[in-house]
Amino acid sequence: MWVVPTIPPALYLMLSGVLFTIGVIGALTRRNAIVVFMCIELMLNAVNLTFVTLSHFLQSLDGVIFAFFVMAVAAAEAAVGLAIFVMIYRSRETINVDDINILKW
Amino acid sequence: MAENVATIFQWLIFLGMAFISVLASFLVITRKNPIHSALFLVLTFLCVAGLYILLYSQFIAIIQVVVYAGAIVMLIVFVIMLLDLEVELKAKLKFVYSKVIGGFLAILFLFGIFYAVVAKSPTGKVGSYTPEKVTANVKAVGEVLFTQYLLPFQVIGILLSAAIIGAVILTKKRT
Repeated sequence: MWVVPTIPPALYLMLSGVLFTIGVIGALTRRNAIVVFMCIELMLNAVNLTFVTLSHFLQSLDGVIFAFFVMAVAAAEAAVGLAIFVMIYRSRETINVDDINILKW
Repeated sequence: MAENVATIFQWLIFLGMAFISVLASFLVITRKNPIHSALFLVLTFLCVAGLYILLYSQFIAIIQVVVYAGAIVMLIVFVIMLLDLEVELKAKLKFVYSKVIGGFLAILFLFGIFYAVVAKSPTGKVGSYTPEKVTANVKAVGEVLFTQYLLPFQVIGILLSAAIIGAVILTKKRT
């Protein structure tokens, strides 16, 4: 009897790579700081998908724990990052990253 | 026969979730209005949460919905509402060479990932947490988190409280 193969891990990893690349392109091309921030969240999410996939296929829980830590760091980053955006908007009246480039080389 | 039907349903759910998440993340980076981007970001996160459930990781799927799709995107939408972004909406997308080069390098990077994924299947020490054992996923995660990873867990707690205090101090008006 013909048996349908289960989903290979390579497909999950490819999907995660596609999501990560979309995040990279967005972070490089968009100029609104909040959209850049969302793209960074997208990239963190893609990496989490890789962690959970490998954790499932290697039958270990370390990847799940690591994804949990990544989420905690992302939450901390969201709190501080958005506070910084609000402060920059208060003093500069813009959050376009092309106008806030005094730290740029 | 029953296994075949279950596997076919898994494939259907995987393909649907994968397609919707890629489409939604593409819309995140192309919409001009940041609110639309934030809402498509929620859709992406929900699809990835569905994939986590497909990978037998219920705990991380629920955390994904609560923390990412709930808390973080809510914070983003709240900040977008605080800021006046009308000027940004009218701005034309400028054509800059650095963007084209960046996009090209990102695509190259994607092909690198594809090659790495296809060339070699993941190797490593296979642990003892089989899918049957992690049916009570939350219990298994809790056991590992509070024994083997207790110190990182407490460090994360300190980091989160530092971030909250930092955010409050940053947004305080200077007197």
